[in-house]
Amino acid sequence: MTVLFVTLLLSCGGKEEKKKEPISYGRKEAPVKTETPKGTTTPASKRIDLTNKGVGPISSVTLEPQIDQNMATKGAEVFKNMCTACHRTDKKFIGPPPTGILERRTPEWVMNMILDPEGMVKNDPLAKELLMEFNGSPMANQNLTEEEARSVLEYFRTL
Amino acid sequence: MKNVIKSTLAILTVFAVITSCNNSKTSNNKSGALASNVAEKVYVAPGEHDEFYAFISGGYSGNLTVYGLPSGRMFKEIPVFSQFPTSGYGYSEETKPMLNTSHGFIPWGDSHHPDISQTNGEIDGRFIFINENNTPRIAKIDLKTFETTEIIEVPNSAGNHSSSFVTENTEYVVAGTRFSVPIPQRDMPIKDYKGNFKGALSFISVEPEHGHMDIKFQVLMPGFNYDLAHPGRGASHGWFFFSTYNSEEASTLLEVNASQNDKDFIAAVNWKKIEEYVNNGGGTMMPADYAHNVYDEATHSATSTMIKEVLVVNPSEVPGAVYLLPTPKSPHGCDVDPSGEYIIGNGKLSANLTVHSFTKMLDAIKNEKFDGDAYGIPILKFEDVLAGSVEQPGLGPLHTEFDDKGNAYTTFFISSEVVKWKLGTWEVLDRQPTYYSVGHLTIPGGNSRKPQGKYMFAMNKITKDRYLPTGPELEHSAQLYDISGDKMELLLDFPTHGEPHYAAAMRADIIKERSQKIYNLEDNKHPYAAKSDAESRVVRKGNEVHIYMSTIRSHFSPDNIEGVKLGDKVFFHVTNLEQDFDVPHGFAVLGQNTSELLIMPGQTKTSVWEPTKVGVWPFYCTDFCSALHQEMQGYIRVSSANSDTPLKWSLGEDIE
Repeated sequence: MTVLFVTLLLSCGGKEEKKKEPISYGRKEAPVKTETPKGTTTPASKRIDLTNKGVGPISSVTLEPQIDQNMATKGAEVFKNMCTACHRTDKKFIGPPPTGILERRTPEWVMNMILDPEGMVKNDPLAKELLMEFNGSPMANQNLTEEEARSVLEYFRTL
Repeated sequence: MKNVIKSTLAILTVFAVITSCNNSKTSNNKSGALASNVAEKVYVAPGEHDEFYAFISGGYSGNLTVYGLPSGRMFKEIPVFSQFPTSGYGYSEETKPMLNTSHGFIPWGDSHHPDISQTNGEIDGRFIFINENNTPRIAKIDLKTFETTEIIEVPNSAGNHSSSFVTENTEYVVAGTRFSVPIPQRDMPIKDYKGNFKGALSFISVEPEHGHMDIKFQVLMPGFNYDLAHPGRGASHGWFFFSTYNSEEASTLLEVNASQNDKDFIAAVNWKKIEEYVNNGGGTMMPADYAHNVYDEATHSATSTMIKEVLVVNPSEVPGAVYLLPTPKSPHGCDVDPSGEYIIGNGKLSANLTVHSFTKMLDAIKNEKFDGDAYGIPILKFEDVLAGSVEQPGLGPLHTEFDDKGNAYTTFFISSEVVKWKLGTWEVLDRQPTYYSVGHLTIPGGNSRKPQGKYMFAMNKITKDRYLPTGPELEHSAQLYDISGDKMELLLDFPTHGEPHYAAAMRADIIKERSQKIYNLEDNKHPYAAKSDAESRVVRKGNEVHIYMSTIRSHFSPDNIEGVKLGDKVFFHVTNLEQDFDVPHGFAVLGQNTSELLIMPGQTKTSVWEPTKVGVWPFYCTDFCSALHQEMQGYIRVSSANSDTPLKWSLGEDIE
């Protein structure tokens, strides 16, 4: 119930409600109060897990200290073509924004999520929770090559 | 207590049945074991795949259906010559040109004889061709996508029946006419048929790399009916054989008047000789009018081009190119064995099956043993070309196919049976009943140098009591036989859709792995594609409103559209941004009087909608795509013609 509650609030997209809603059920309380209700955990999208590499084809990624600009540029292009139908870089859309993702997730986890979303949702508890948090909207497998997914990851480092 | 006894008995009975099954499996005798053995032979366990694909023509449905063997499960209906609301084929702007002809847009067809492309006489699984009988056309289906990618109309032809059969290296797909007609078409009395009507045999070249079709030449033959055809193979490669009936050249009451002659003919056409003749400038270019429709997989769109001339060849101009082989009594099927030596004429009204010898034919030609001529075409002596005959095998022979062990299988329509006989000795080896009135039969690879054997299926014209009654109309019934042993064994009945005249079948592994799973978005060159969310937009051009819309699980972008007015022509150009196997999206808008669209991953399709009423009308995805499929929807606002509602669109926020 609480999850649903939070989701409903989130789905308002942070936009201020100007109109008077004719149905007030489940919407009365102020958002601040319900964001971290007593006894609930942080939503999956806000949780930090820098050890979990996820389940999928990627077991190890090395990030060079310097961002590879060429790769990031290519990644931006791939992101634009393949991901923007559901993701905005800096705000929640159908799915979560990738900005700051590497502060919460390992690079392997990110790439596995891109390359095998079905497998991740099945086998990775965090990915499963995310699916529930985002209304059960599945992340589409856009059939990126490993190289393309890696470039998207590099692009995420620039955000 | 009674119940306890009952259930105990029941358990015991079940136990007994199970035990007897186990016994029968090992005993392998033909008593109670038969049924379970047969069931095992057609059982494809859940999640497993069939060993063969069968492509079965839909007849008057105009389409082609795809089945698995041995299960008899139908996997797909491929729209070819008929509009198909299931996918929007023939309704979407991109596919409407596929059904264009010189007679205008024709929304249906009568598909007959599929044939798979070959390389070196063996089935290669690249393309499958099929003919439209009524408004003569040949279609090509790409077996990478299982989509119809090309249709060419056949001018000077009428009742495109002895089609579509490919030569050994798919040099040509051949289309012979059933009806002879005035060539060129003109206003003339029907009674003047004899000597004035001609029958066109069309040789359509197939470009090796992409399979593009082009009518290379047409042979204008005497005014007979050309019924069926098959290519020579091996030694007889370079020749094509056509059965004829109505050598009487009757134009009325053919069931009597076309059955007068004791023998009709199989026409043997040396196409290599004619090809050489036309390559050296032979033949006459005559005015014509026919459509050539090509589907481009990059733009996801078809174009239709009208062609205004065709090259025709009078066979008497090319000595040695065409001969007539007398064949008893209105032959229907004209089948060539895997070696290419034997040409089987299935005389519908004949007691015996006639088998001609290619070697003897060449000898007779060499020695000029002619028995007269027809319009300048030499007629060979029946006895000189006869290899043998199968004596009184059944009633009403129609078609013959071959296995990989030197046996032939012929269907008998009147006596409802398939007869297995031996090539060379002509002895009958086995016969099995069919239910009922069998037409064609198919053996995987049975029309090639290398039949793949194992199964044969008969396509029956009459079903009657084989299935639960479903009113006066019943689906036709096909029957699958195991032909791996000495005797044919009936394994399965399965329903077929429309009227399956003929089918082509092949080992599944030849095409299975090559089957395309998605269309790459980056290769999408559709002029109205919205290849990313940023490209979604609405553009007005006069009274045309073009909506560049994209879809992904589970929304349309845009999903709120305003500023459309009555009198507008609204083009929904929908691009499916998915890049995952088997995730199509659908599109429907209330009042859409074409059909819904089904858009494959990476594809763009267009539906035109001309709203007739002011209001706010919903659109939605017609294909259950995800858990949030029911949320995949949007609204389009239609204002009156003189309103000033601005053109606006949005996704995820209100239009302000």
